[in-house]
Amino acid sequence: MLKITDLKVNYGGIEAVKGISFEVPEKSIVTLIGANGAGKSTTLRTICGLVKPAGGKVEFMGEDITGKDPTSIVSRGITLVPEGRKIFPNLTVLENLKIGAYLRNDDISEDLKWVYDLFPRLKEREWQLGGTLSGGEQQMLAVGRALMSRPKLMMMDEPSLGLAPLIVSNIFEIIKEVNRLGVTILLIEQNANMALQTADIGYVMETGRITLSGSGQDLMNNPDVKAAYLGT
Amino acid sequence: MEFINKNLPYILAGISLGGQYALISIGYTMVYGILRLINFAHGDIFMFAGFAMVYLAASTPLYVSIPLVIIITVILGFLIERIAYKPLRSAPRMSVMISAIGVSYLLQNLAWYFTSGLAKQYPKIPWISGSITIGSATTPIVTIITPILTVLLVIILVMLIKYTKIGMAMRAVSKDFETSQIMGININSVISFTFIIGSFLAAISSILYFTSYSTVTPVAGAMPGLRAFVAAVFGGIGSIPGAVVGGLIIGMCENITKGLGWTTFSDAFTFALLIIILVAKPTGLFGEKTTEKV
Repeated sequence: MLKITDLKVNYGGIEAVKGISFEVPEKSIVTLIGANGAGKSTTLRTICGLVKPAGGKVEFMGEDITGKDPTSIVSRGITLVPEGRKIFPNLTVLENLKIGAYLRNDDISEDLKWVYDLFPRLKEREWQLGGTLSGGEQQMLAVGRALMSRPKLMMMDEPSLGLAPLIVSNIFEIIKEVNRLGVTILLIEQNANMALQTADIGYVMETGRITLSGSGQDLMNNPDVKAAYLGT
Repeated sequence: MEFINKNLPYILAGISLGGQYALISIGYTMVYGILRLINFAHGDIFMFAGFAMVYLAASTPLYVSIPLVIIITVILGFLIERIAYKPLRSAPRMSVMISAIGVSYLLQNLAWYFTSGLAKQYPKIPWISGSITIGSATTPIVTIITPILTVLLVIILVMLIKYTKIGMAMRAVSKDFETSQIMGININSVISFTFIIGSFLAAISSILYFTSYSTVTPVAGAMPGLRAFVAAVFGGIGSIPGAVVGGLIIGMCENITKGLGWTTFSDAFTFALLIIILVAKPTGLFGEKTTEKV
């Protein structure tokens, strides 16, 4: 579904991504793990058009989308749940969800009901300003907002960052559930344990390169990964 | 009673002038809210609308020239953003500000060039230039129309921002460019739309203002622009209700000090008031409260 070929990105004066290639098959959960500064976020930001690549190719459903602007990429069915949630603090919960469906002109009431079923807490707080929600609720809102665009591919940047363990496992349950409903997931995580348990395919990224790949289970059993990312 | 009768004309004129400042000031505050840029050219857009009216009214009837002035001013505001600010979107904020100052002087100098610096007589607009008597005060009709029109336009604007899709996008963009883009919002269209609204209101204000002052000069936008900017800061820059209240207070102050016979001090008083408010409340009267949670 998503195919990255030899992607190179310069970011902040350094070559943050040094020619990586990977694939995200349809309806799968793929994870990209790695330490801080490995270039994971930059990769996601490049796929959705916020950063222009220095070289390489991004293809989505057979179509070359390299270097296109975010609006046209989002309209093709890619969405990003950004790092740090980035919900709009000055918009109500309902408005935050509506703005997720900004490019859609059809009826969104079904999707709104679906998101509220997934996250009943959001329904309760419908009229509250986004900025008044707790961290976990904000993450739910960020995921709900992304789902409102009816994405084919949902990319998530560190969804577990700064959340309590109970909420983290909750979020991962939701990720699986969303995936079961047919949305392909590309997940970036520092919480490698959780990510590899959830993912069908995993890639390990180190200083701008992909150093290892395999099924989630294989990577979990890999001694190098164990030592470096799982702490066992 | 005698005191009120004596001062009523000044108070009415103050409210009216305040309304005109408020309309200009909304342009400053909205652009600041989205781009964090003080659009120094805004006062000159206002002046430009004045000259456009002078020349257009000379050759076309008013029912043609008024809409035409508004349309041309809106196009000017749109073009200024596209040519002078958009290419600097990722440049440091200071560069955009310098560009804005440049545009301001460019417009003033173009006006000098085309008018030879002479004051031009502003056309009489029959519906708003006449006089009306309220109690013991005789006042131009424009002083009554301005506050009504201002309130009406502000209500429409606030509804637009609160209840429409583009209004929601404006609020989102004002907080976070990047996340707005991920939502599929075209931030350039939202920014252009903001400039269009600001210039539209400046054009309306220009018609009301120059009708009361009768002449337009190339620097005619400088002082009203500055006072409207003060009004925006006073009310809390970024806040539309703040710009309106700020505009009214500045307009009232200016006229009341004139009414008391201290005409020469009216500007000094206005700016002294600004300093006092900013010392007491640095974010202005309705300054943004931060509800962000990190």
